[in-house]
Amino acid sequence: MSLSELMQLMTGGVVLGAMYGLIAVGYTMVYGIVQLINFAHGEIFMLGGFGALFMYAWIPPLQDMSLWLALPIMLAGGVAVSVAAAVAAERFAYRPLRNAPRLAPLITAIGLAIVLQQLVFLYWPLRSDGQTSIGAKQPQVFPQLPGDAITIGSVTLQWADLLTLALALTAMLALAYFVRRTRTGRAMQATAQDPDTAGLMGIDTNRIIVVAFAIGGALAAVAGLAHGLRYGQLTFEMGFIAGLKAFTAAVLGGIGNVYGAMLGGIVLGVVESLAAGGLGYIDAVQQFGGGAWKDVWAFVILILVLLVRPQGLLGERTGDRA
Amino acid sequence: MRKHPSRKAPASRLGASLLAGGLALALPLALAGCGSRGEEGGSGDATTLKIGFDAPLTGPLSAVGLGMRHSAEQAVKDANAKKIVPGVTFELVSKDDQGTPSIGQQNAGAFVADKDLVGVVGAYNSSVSQSMQPTLAAANILQVSGANTNPTLTRGPKDEEAPARQYKTYFRTVTTDANEAPELSKYLVEKLKVKEVATVNDGKVYGQGVVTKFAAAFTKAGGKVVVKQQIGEKDTDFSAVVSNIKNSGAKAVVYGGEYPQAGPLSKQLKAAGAKIPLLGCDAVYDEQFIKLAGAAAEGDVTTTAAKPIGDTPAQQQFIAAYKAAGHAEPYGIFGPYTYDATMTIINSVKATADGNGGTVPDAKELRAKVTEAAQKLTFEGLTGTIAFDEFGDNKNHSVTLNIVKDGEWTVM
Repeated sequence: MSLSELMQLMTGGVVLGAMYGLIAVGYTMVYGIVQLINFAHGEIFMLGGFGALFMYAWIPPLQDMSLWLALPIMLAGGVAVSVAAAVAAERFAYRPLRNAPRLAPLITAIGLAIVLQQLVFLYWPLRSDGQTSIGAKQPQVFPQLPGDAITIGSVTLQWADLLTLALALTAMLALAYFVRRTRTGRAMQATAQDPDTAGLMGIDTNRIIVVAFAIGGALAAVAGLAHGLRYGQLTFEMGFIAGLKAFTAAVLGGIGNVYGAMLGGIVLGVVESLAAGGLGYIDAVQQFGGGAWKDVWAFVILILVLLVRPQGLLGERTGDRA
Repeated sequence: MRKHPSRKAPASRLGASLLAGGLALALPLALAGCGSRGEEGGSGDATTLKIGFDAPLTGPLSAVGLGMRHSAEQAVKDANAKKIVPGVTFELVSKDDQGTPSIGQQNAGAFVADKDLVGVVGAYNSSVSQSMQPTLAAANILQVSGANTNPTLTRGPKDEEAPARQYKTYFRTVTTDANEAPELSKYLVEKLKVKEVATVNDGKVYGQGVVTKFAAAFTKAGGKVVVKQQIGEKDTDFSAVVSNIKNSGAKAVVYGGEYPQAGPLSKQLKAAGAKIPLLGCDAVYDEQFIKLAGAAAEGDVTTTAAKPIGDTPAQQQFIAAYKAAGHAEPYGIFGPYTYDATMTIINSVKATADGNGGTVPDAKELRAKVTEAAQKLTFEGLTGTIAFDEFGDNKNHSVTLNIVKDGEWTVM
């Protein structure tokens, strides 16, 4: 394998990982505060993509102008749908079970994931060309950014890849600022450390939990839009695999740690990319390479990391929580 | 806190109206469905025999599956109108396999349990048929597919060296990848003068079959497969596979699999700067492939185990009837073959009835006799004369090469 190809595989892995990371943040934030693995989060990501597509299909002028100009409106639509769904899920599915045994909200989350998937599958009202249809039973075609691929050194990148990286970076910087510098962000840290004491200090923990769900939803919507732009299609079931990968990324990075989620995502993306592309060049292990094996290697890495560092790459050792 | 109710209200109202809209649209359909079924069930004293139908009716492959179902329905409608078997009314019982072998097997079980059922049309996926075959064969139910192209379904795992019939109940109206993949090789070697090719498959029975058959023919013709890749059947990101292909110096990619992956693969391939054509067999041939791949589809090639229809009066009649029914999904390439698959079952029932003095034998021996009749059957179908060889393959086969030209599939 040449150096240029290694670079290409690494770059592809980082872009893929940035997408995983954006979704993983939602898992990790919610877990950090309420110790719930929100398995419906993958569907929130899916809804974000569909929300962006809805704006595009619903407002005809968007279809005529350059997609770059339409992007902010599509992103706003995706974020609105995702945040609404995440907040509604918290209010109606998880809050009533706040004090129930931990297994109850977990099973609720899995049920909710199935409900959201099937709602889109059965009742999605608009096709991407603006015509009405009942249900997204087939892959929905997502509009594509104009312009050819660009080459940096020996690495070929799509505009959608660059956009994904830029969005992920912006989102992470904004999140870091929010958590460290703002009042709500600090309240969030306090709630994560000790919800009861935080409540005694006058922090409205219910509100903080809603905010955590909303932020997770917004970042998942960004990933949903990026998914649409990169692959050109959305399916009602795309949240399942993406959610599973993002959950893996969150655990890999240290669940509860937002930077860990992004790092875990990128590590996972790079491992997958190298396993799929790189192993094909080593004759002895060629049969273990290729796209079909990439998930295997991703989970092997997860197991290895958890053996050596059970708390994840950036996680802290927290007795009962990790 | 005070802000929350006012913010939430529009969202919940939107949700409610979407739901209400969905329900409003769905209800009349459901009611209409009940109505038509009721009418058929109540008609007259004639015997009603059921024909099972199995294909992916939901999910990414549903466009093809629904096109096949509409065609099978058309066949049943025609058979009932023309009274092909006097005194017998046919009814299609359709089931969705979601392209998944385990669901196909459950469907096969349900078909077996239905006492009035004489035959099954389907499936679309070779892997699904593979899981249905044993269940249906044990109950002596005739299975005819208008879409399965994997050679092993009829000729066994050693389909070239030592072909052996797998199930005497399984037949198909399309030809196999053993006839299709060599056409791709011929096109590459003779027309494009290409000697280095990358192959990618999706790990399913069908996809692996295509790639293996192709590689054998291509190596024999002096070509070399420089990269062999496999992808997961639900993958969307092919960047690693693409960079592998790009760096291998391959001049073309042969993909064994279906259009939901082939479209994005072709798009990502060309976007990464590898301007080489993607070639596949029938499962890639679909309108959706071009939509998913966009401009990258230009110059991509598929074989189809079928001749395009529209020449004979019978075919024109079928096209007109299909159009008149106003289906959203096109009949595609497998529609006409599925029509013939359905007709195979109907004509087998007719042959059985004719051999039994004009009446259908009772349920106990009906299934076995219909299967026997299918083996000896010869009839004029929509796609030509239908008759089966000792393995259950249609004797009459043809392969067509198609290329994407100006955003449309064009016959070469």
